[in-house]
Amino acid sequence: MSEAKKTPFYEKHVALEGKIVDYSGWFLPVQFPQGLVEEVHATRRKATLFDVSHMGEVSVEGKDAEAFLQKIVTNDISGLKDGAIIYSPVCYSDGGVVDDILIYRINAESFCLVVNAANTDKDYDWFLENLSGDVELQNLSPHFAQLALQGPESVAILQQITAEPLSGMKYYHFKKDVAVAGVKCIVSRTGYTGEDGFEVYCSNDEAPSLWDAIWEAGQKHDLSPAGLGARDVLRLEAAMPLYGHELEREITPLQARLDRFVALEKPVSFNGQEALRRQKQEGMNRLLFGLEMLERGVPREGYPVTAGEEEIGWVSSGSYSPTLDKFIAMAFLDPEAVKANEELKVVIRSRTYRARTTKLPFYRREK
Amino acid sequence: MMDYKIVDGVRYTQKHEWVRPEGETAAVGLSDYAQDKLGEIVFVELPEVGAKVEAGKSSAVIESVKAVADLYAPIDGTVIAVNEELLDQPELINSDPYGGGWVYKVEIKDESQLEALMDKKAYEVFVAEEED
Repeated sequence: MSEAKKTPFYEKHVALEGKIVDYSGWFLPVQFPQGLVEEVHATRRKATLFDVSHMGEVSVEGKDAEAFLQKIVTNDISGLKDGAIIYSPVCYSDGGVVDDILIYRINAESFCLVVNAANTDKDYDWFLENLSGDVELQNLSPHFAQLALQGPESVAILQQITAEPLSGMKYYHFKKDVAVAGVKCIVSRTGYTGEDGFEVYCSNDEAPSLWDAIWEAGQKHDLSPAGLGARDVLRLEAAMPLYGHELEREITPLQARLDRFVALEKPVSFNGQEALRRQKQEGMNRLLFGLEMLERGVPREGYPVTAGEEEIGWVSSGSYSPTLDKFIAMAFLDPEAVKANEELKVVIRSRTYRARTTKLPFYRREK
Repeated sequence: MMDYKIVDGVRYTQKHEWVRPEGETAAVGLSDYAQDKLGEIVFVELPEVGAKVEAGKSSAVIESVKAVADLYAPIDGTVIAVNEELLDQPELINSDPYGGGWVYKVEIKDESQLEALMDKKAYEVFVAEEED
């Protein structure tokens, strides 16, 4: 495998003493000296800045762009307005998941897809394979840097360095060609933490000055940096799926309870539609549940879950939750067994630890 | 470079455990360097009192938010006490690694095993090299 790549913010992470790891081929900070738990609290209470430049961006343009997207994504994008964003899984014909993506509609003939770093090349190949009509694809990932500013102070911070009115920008909407501290950006009200916040895209060469401007504007709002570790815990608390955990080749979006992002009745057929309709009818023996530990113990990915003596599923993501001060997990379980058993157990090494199912998400911010 | 606390009166392993002889018995824990590398500790799986531990073999499990780490026994022995405070306050390993963060105590079986481990000076050099 080739050497991991540095994002344009690499020097910033090093200067802030971030602990750097190789994540999906990118050198990124997993945490900073204040520690993961503090980073989670800071995101929920103030604001934090994440480097998410590893995310991939693919532009889809042409007269048939919308028709093409309708065919490859499970959600229905026909009602999507210019400047709006929609989340959707992308499926194989058997219902297994290629990736989960964000679709930015610039206009009827121009869209931008934001895809998972590790899946960028696979997605791009899959899109090409399914290409038809007047559609032009471009992998823009190498040219784009991306920052996520997350937390209740985000509006106050970002508004200091842009004339674009931000408080009126709705969740899952974006503006392009926004000048942020003189840097041309796409600004969207999105994120992967369960907090209010923005994701800001700009070209690589202007990225360091964008970081500096946000950083400086954030100083009187206690802005701090946060790493991949905190990002993973925050998204788990908010019960947002992560590809490779809650979604993958062998798992369908219905099993991951993403029903509202799967338009089974979409008038045009899409990849996976038949298989997913069938699955919906026939029912599933593995469904995503939230778990809360009833005794101390860290449920982690891959750990078996049992009811009585029987293994009924596995943990897909789990962690200590700093926000709730609890041990939580998402797990794929047999729904019949869940119904029949009040108490479940997670097998951690050779011992079992008591757990019970709980409503998702674990955490929801007050609006 | 970070400044790690490395204390006198204990012996260190290459896996960053410490062992403090107290007569016939010895206390075992994780060094300041190791706790810092692990991050905020949220769970400790203690051995049972009476369990036999073997030098170099896993004797307890220490978990931070992101990582699961074995605590390898620095020396052979029988566990005579465990630090039950860690069950509710595992973060003691972060805040006081050589004091309140001790993990268990063993009855020493073979004194010579202690001498084979690093003293303060040797461990300082070892940590400095790991940091490079």
